[in-house]
Amino acid sequence: MRFEQFLIGNAGRQAAKTALVTDRRRLSYGEFDDLTGRLAAALARAGVKRNDRVLVFMDNCWEAAVSIFAILKAGATFSPINASTKADKLAYIITDCEAAAILTQAKLMPIVAEAQALSGNSDLFVASTAAPNGQTPADAISFETCLAEVATPVPHRGIDVDLAMLIYTSGSTGRPKGVMMTHRNIDAASDSITTYLRNEPDDIILNVLPLAFDYGLYQMLMAIRIGATLVLEKSFAFPHAIFERIREEGVTGFPLVPTMAAMILQMRDLEPGFLPSLRYLSNTAAALPPPHIARLRELFPGARLYSMYGLTECKRCTYLPPEELDRRPGSVGIAIPNTEAFVVDDEGQRAPPGVPGELVIRGPHVMQGYWRNDAATERMLRPGTNRWEKVLYTGDLFQADEEGFLYFVGRKDDIIKTRGEKVAPKEVETVLHAHPGIAEAVVVGVADPVLGHAIAALVVLSDPSLTDKDIIRHCARHLEDFMVPKIVEFRTELPKTDTGKVSRRLAAETMEPAQ
Amino acid sequence: MTETIKDKVRAFVIENFLFGDTSYDLADTASLIENDIIDSTGVLELVAFIEDQFGIVMGDADIVPANLDSLARISAFIEARVGAPATA
Repeated sequence: MRFEQFLIGNAGRQAAKTALVTDRRRLSYGEFDDLTGRLAAALARAGVKRNDRVLVFMDNCWEAAVSIFAILKAGATFSPINASTKADKLAYIITDCEAAAILTQAKLMPIVAEAQALSGNSDLFVASTAAPNGQTPADAISFETCLAEVATPVPHRGIDVDLAMLIYTSGSTGRPKGVMMTHRNIDAASDSITTYLRNEPDDIILNVLPLAFDYGLYQMLMAIRIGATLVLEKSFAFPHAIFERIREEGVTGFPLVPTMAAMILQMRDLEPGFLPSLRYLSNTAAALPPPHIARLRELFPGARLYSMYGLTECKRCTYLPPEELDRRPGSVGIAIPNTEAFVVDDEGQRAPPGVPGELVIRGPHVMQGYWRNDAATERMLRPGTNRWEKVLYTGDLFQADEEGFLYFVGRKDDIIKTRGEKVAPKEVETVLHAHPGIAEAVVVGVADPVLGHAIAALVVLSDPSLTDKDIIRHCARHLEDFMVPKIVEFRTELPKTDTGKVSRRLAAETMEPAQ
Repeated sequence: MTETIKDKVRAFVIENFLFGDTSYDLADTASLIENDIIDSTGVLELVAFIEDQFGIVMGDADIVPANLDSLARISAFIEARVGAPATA
């Protein structure tokens, strides 16, 4: 089934029920369905066709939610882009996926205009929300005007093995890769996850994570699938204000990443049971330290706590049933329903319990590959036991206990997880090397109590007048916020292997963990 | 001329969140969150700065946009608190 059918079906059954709550607007299922239909018709009129790629370059606002479902209703493929993406990377993505359209916000239009010029794509259809003064930026069609279209269904003839979304993820070569997911992939992943979370239509799910991050995006997709309510917030910068929202809206589901858990645990005035409406909390992106798990359970005694693990390439791999948390707090559990997760050795044979190896995933949630990148696809998707299918090699080292519960051991590559997001050091190094005052640079992760890992750059300068702030500012102009180094250290030379190659491993060994 | 509270706050925000970029036109009333100047870990750094620099103890309920989401709000919050006993 195509995924927009969940919205259409729920709007038919419960048109008056609240689908989406944001700071500026509440939308019922009926309104959400109507607005997405209008925007879909506007996109079709603008020339967007079945399977075209449409970028959603917005922060967490109601317009982003409407855009995503409108693109599906138009028969096209959406690609959510982090709102802190800079022009050169946006230009790369526009060119890489041959975007037909981009839906954005007025405050981001300068970036869009610069990216469009860099990409040389003058055919791009650009629609933007209005600025606070009510003006739509020049060079863009008004988003509000698009919503004035009549919501005539678009006869796109798409089916559920068409691509629904393309999510760009940080690539080890320094260039982002587009993860291809069909409607059927999303249907399978969201069915599995809502099953083990025991979601119900009366759930009210709070999401503070970016919709461009698949964990944030799926909160919306799952809420719409089950006919629940999504409360969408822009960030977790002010936890106390978020807790007020949880109380006001009676939120039942609260997805976390470890950085948010660390922030909650730094708060001073929290009493156990202070958010009684919560039924469950979930954590993914990196394992929570067991003392954090213990403290969260004290603060949220009535809520189930799910430790989970996943990667964009299959959305989610494993979850720990909450009743197992006392027995194995360090485990991220077992394969999610209707999938398999197992550890293999270097020959691809299943590793016995206690022996680390690469985690392999099998199931209907596994991606179709990376957009127009066969080499990277072949490294991740490899032949399985059955001749007709490919399985996903995650690049993560795991081991299983005697009962098959899985434990994260480490990465096979250099990918850094910071604030729950993956960063390829190469992508940051590419930006550093583009600075004329930098001779050499290497990027590593340094353990950090709040971020998980902080991005650290070790730099050899050719211009000795540069300061750490100059370098961070340069990075901030070219990278998303979470990729910008927190630490810059100057060196006279970088650690190298015997063959003279700069070594990230040796560089990491020279760094002290952040306090 | 003595440095006002607002000057100190502005200097801190520019140094730490704009990485010393004084060319950025940062209006006193501009939202730091909406304009992507600070993120969640930035708020933690801002709170540590206010506590260390002005001797204020911030309770969880003080760490909200109404007190911290623009230079003007931060300065007003500090001015109201400096000299006044910290709330528990």
